[in-house]
Amino acid sequence: MDKWGGQLALEQMELDPVFAERMTRKAWGENLRRCIQCGTCTGTCPLSEYMDYGPRKIISMVRAGNKKDVLECKTIWLCASCYECAVECPKEIKITDVMYALKQQALLEGKSPKKLPVPVLDREFFNIVKKRGRNHEMWLIAITILKTNWLIGLGLATMGIKLMAQGRLPIFDEAIKVGTGKKGDLKKIMDACDEIEREEASA
Amino acid sequence: MKYLYYPGCSAGGTGKAYDESVVEVFKALDSGLVELDDWNCCGATAYMAVDEAKAFALAARNLALAEDQYPDEDEIHIVAPCSACYLGLLKAKRYTEADPKIGGQIRRALKAADLEYKGKCEVRNPLDIFVNDIGLDKLKELAVRPLEGLKVACYYGCQIVRPYSEFDEPSNPVTMDKILKAMGAEIVEWPCKTRCCGGMLTWSTGAGKELNYILLKEAWKAGADVIATACPLCQFNLECFQDKIRAKYDFNEEMPVAYYTQLMGLALGIDESKLGMKRLFVPPKIPTLTG
Repeated sequence: MDKWGGQLALEQMELDPVFAERMTRKAWGENLRRCIQCGTCTGTCPLSEYMDYGPRKIISMVRAGNKKDVLECKTIWLCASCYECAVECPKEIKITDVMYALKQQALLEGKSPKKLPVPVLDREFFNIVKKRGRNHEMWLIAITILKTNWLIGLGLATMGIKLMAQGRLPIFDEAIKVGTGKKGDLKKIMDACDEIEREEASA
Repeated sequence: MKYLYYPGCSAGGTGKAYDESVVEVFKALDSGLVELDDWNCCGATAYMAVDEAKAFALAARNLALAEDQYPDEDEIHIVAPCSACYLGLLKAKRYTEADPKIGGQIRRALKAADLEYKGKCEVRNPLDIFVNDIGLDKLKELAVRPLEGLKVACYYGCQIVRPYSEFDEPSNPVTMDKILKAMGAEIVEWPCKTRCCGGMLTWSTGAGKELNYILLKEAWKAGADVIATACPLCQFNLECFQDKIRAKYDFNEEMPVAYYTQLMGLALGIDESKLGMKRLFVPPKIPTLTG
């Protein structure tokens, strides 16, 4: 093997420069280009050893435009948003925000791993808040389990019963009224966000 | 200046003991909390992963509602005990104020519902308020039932001190240490004060549970009788998966995990029943209470 033997042949990957450009813009990522690949992020990340790629590789892959692998990977869903990397990064890259941007894009394009509970939970959390303004813990976990792996639910049943007995898992959880049409109506604010996004997309 | 309480979505559920103890402690400190009317989700982690603009708009609605509730106040301090709520609201405030594009979009979205955010809100965590507004001397004075003989590992988790270190250090915070020391407890040194609890990952992944195993084991090795937490999700993760952790790892202890505000409440002489002590899987044994 010659000294270039370890490098992945570029034609084997489908690179998408538009994705690279868009993510760099979306993820407060002007600094993303300045990444020196020092690996401080991966070194500080408490979850990097469980990831398919560490955050350093993810940044490199985003810059290269390796859209498919980035959006389909598990790594971005293992980011627990502890901000350790973002605080330590010598180039002040907001890596947590980059991860958020990648999660948003993966959900938007339907590329997130289907049976992984985290992306399903995020989507359901969003839906619950849309309807009632606040989360509903029991419903969130139940619907996520039903849509992904009900075996996890079996493992959680005893704990759930214990929590209910302690009054920590109410079936009727307080919410706010959404769609009143009055001052402060959450629906009006969310609709306005949609409108702004449509304008942005067409601009 | 007014304090306005933002309980967050877990306050009525898994984090009920946090809500109860925060409210009781503020009462005991003569700074009774009024709740923010009609508050909604803070747009935290799980929501932010779906839609960033909406996450900021959600948080900003809370800030605008706070200004509406106290129109004559120049400064409103929103008290957010949950780490995720605290950061969600703070981040939205920072980005709205510092980034003209995001700020413009959020103001426009709020305007659609006749709301306006003028920038009169400060987002505060109770740790900050206890140390910097109330003061350690006063806390010490009010501790009628000091926690003598109780060894505590203070666990801050992540989002209270990162990325914004508004009132404490990002990797070696000390505010909770100081508060519980003033309450008479002995603070143990341990290396995991801000190490991740797995957040939303813990209930569904082995990786998350392994992170909690590390935290529990380190606290135990340091000789702690109890881990004190400042976040409902940290508390839940550390407390509720211990049976699964014991089954899988070399860890055979039952480690009590309580909110630091519960421990404060006990020291301030508040009755146990008002502090949600019975809502813990493993209540800590307080030497001065059990004799």
